[in-house]
Amino acid sequence: MRLLLFILAVLVPLAILSLFTGVSNVSPATLFAGDARAVMVLVESRVPRTIALILAGSGMAVAGTIMQMLARNRFVEPSTAGTVESAGLGILAVLLLAPGLPVFAKMLVAAVFALAGTLLFLAILRRIPLRSVLMVPLIGIMLGGVISAITTFFAYRYNMQQSLGAWMSGDFSAVLRGRYELLWFSFAMTVIAYIAADRFTVAGLGEDFATSLGLKYTSVMALGLGIVSMVTAAVVVSAGMVPFLGLIVPNVISMIMGDALRRTLPWIAASGAALVLVCDIAGRTINAPYEIPVGTVLGIIGSGFFLYLLLRRQSRAA
Amino acid sequence: MIEISNVSKTYGAKPVVDGVTLNLPVGGLTSIVGPNGAGKSTLLSMIARLMPMSAGSVTVDGLDVTKTPGDVLARRLSILRQDNHVTARLTVRDLVSFGRYPHSRGRLTKEDLHHVDEAIAYLNLGELSGRFLDELSGGQRQRAFVAMVLCQNTDYVLFDEPLNNLDMKHAVSMMRLLARAASDLGKTVVLVIHDINFAAVYSDYIVAMQSGRIVCQGTPDEIIRADVLETIFGTPFEVHTIGSRRIATFY
Repeated sequence: MRLLLFILAVLVPLAILSLFTGVSNVSPATLFAGDARAVMVLVESRVPRTIALILAGSGMAVAGTIMQMLARNRFVEPSTAGTVESAGLGILAVLLLAPGLPVFAKMLVAAVFALAGTLLFLAILRRIPLRSVLMVPLIGIMLGGVISAITTFFAYRYNMQQSLGAWMSGDFSAVLRGRYELLWFSFAMTVIAYIAADRFTVAGLGEDFATSLGLKYTSVMALGLGIVSMVTAAVVVSAGMVPFLGLIVPNVISMIMGDALRRTLPWIAASGAALVLVCDIAGRTINAPYEIPVGTVLGIIGSGFFLYLLLRRQSRAA
Repeated sequence: MIEISNVSKTYGAKPVVDGVTLNLPVGGLTSIVGPNGAGKSTLLSMIARLMPMSAGSVTVDGLDVTKTPGDVLARRLSILRQDNHVTARLTVRDLVSFGRYPHSRGRLTKEDLHHVDEAIAYLNLGELSGRFLDELSGGQRQRAFVAMVLCQNTDYVLFDEPLNNLDMKHAVSMMRLLARAASDLGKTVVLVIHDINFAAVYSDYIVAMQSGRIVCQGTPDEIIRADVLETIFGTPFEVHTIGSRRIATFY
């Protein structure tokens, strides 16, 4: 009930605001006046962009939550576990080896790379004695750094840095009708995550509890990582990397409501969408008529929040 | 009945559990005692299929624990290990509700809710039921975990050091509660426990382990004897009869 209120009072107004924010003059007045150009911009650009923001925001927030439950660490999300960077490497591989592939196939390849990168991250975690929970995201960020260095090397050698840059920094300004629909696939993954919500919560209790409660831990792990990889790949392929979203939103919701995912996942999805909308609208207005990519805005807010989380932990531990 | 036949666990060449064969009777409270490193916790984990065995087999009511589907076994046998670090932020009530997971897959029926309320009341957690686990003391959290395991409502319930983190008052009430679960609810309760006197007073049956093997087993009257305890723990004991209870001192 309160969720519905949040959607009506926060998400819907933000979405409407997003429809009418931008360089071209699209407003209720121009639309009612029957301005054909305004209608075209609305249908071809603003509506797809707004839908893409909502789908990507909710998808990444949910993906971050699942990773945190499975890794049992608050600081993990696709951009602190090598997942996003691996998806980027996958995209580069497709661009180099099979540039003619349809975009859906590109996304699948990126998803496979994302999955492989995340599995590598988890395998490293199993081998390293972890003295501190902060080691986990540090390892992930380092792994991401290594993978993106490999990507940059090949992109540089083959003169593809520019086209790769477009994938890697989250920017929704190029989202047009016909070029964002992959994100519905990410939405489908989000729905599956909700259906399996209880499994992820039980897995979040740890392997022993999960096994004792009769859960097949490895298959939940596989399902979760599959969802995370698909969502990440879909978002990176259609708009580019949206960093820290999967860190901020799940942590805030967890502080307020806890981690019983059946109850919190809808909130996480709605808040993720709202936050991306806010950041994108801010990026469109701060330096108008130029745009600041949403990835940059989130990078600033997200790194600040990341620091807050770290400092908060330390003051609690002390 | 839990039938353990020829179970071993080795790390490299070193056996931690070394060819244990043991039948745990149905009903009552059985305590597994022994010095550090005797393999008690490892044995308990293997019984509950949380750890693979190097050799041997364990059956629960005839079901091989390594081959029976996890959810089938989860309706017959539950376990609480020691040192449970749960990072997920759940309320006590959320946690206890997940004890019903093997029965309801997360969608709680009226009957499930009844079990949840009962377990919360049984562990006296009513006032804490809305609190998050990370806001509780170690002892309160331990009680919440025990409530969750009891809520699973299995015939066999295994606990590894259930008195960890509990002060004397709560340790006594926890032991009484576990003994009552065995006598009133007809459950088979198996504990790994360090405190020999708690084991002496509340157990129906005691199994003693040393260096991965069973050294002796029997009723408390048979085990709580100075010479027997000395062989198990390798330190001198005196056994006193106070009221009808045999109490061992070793200080």
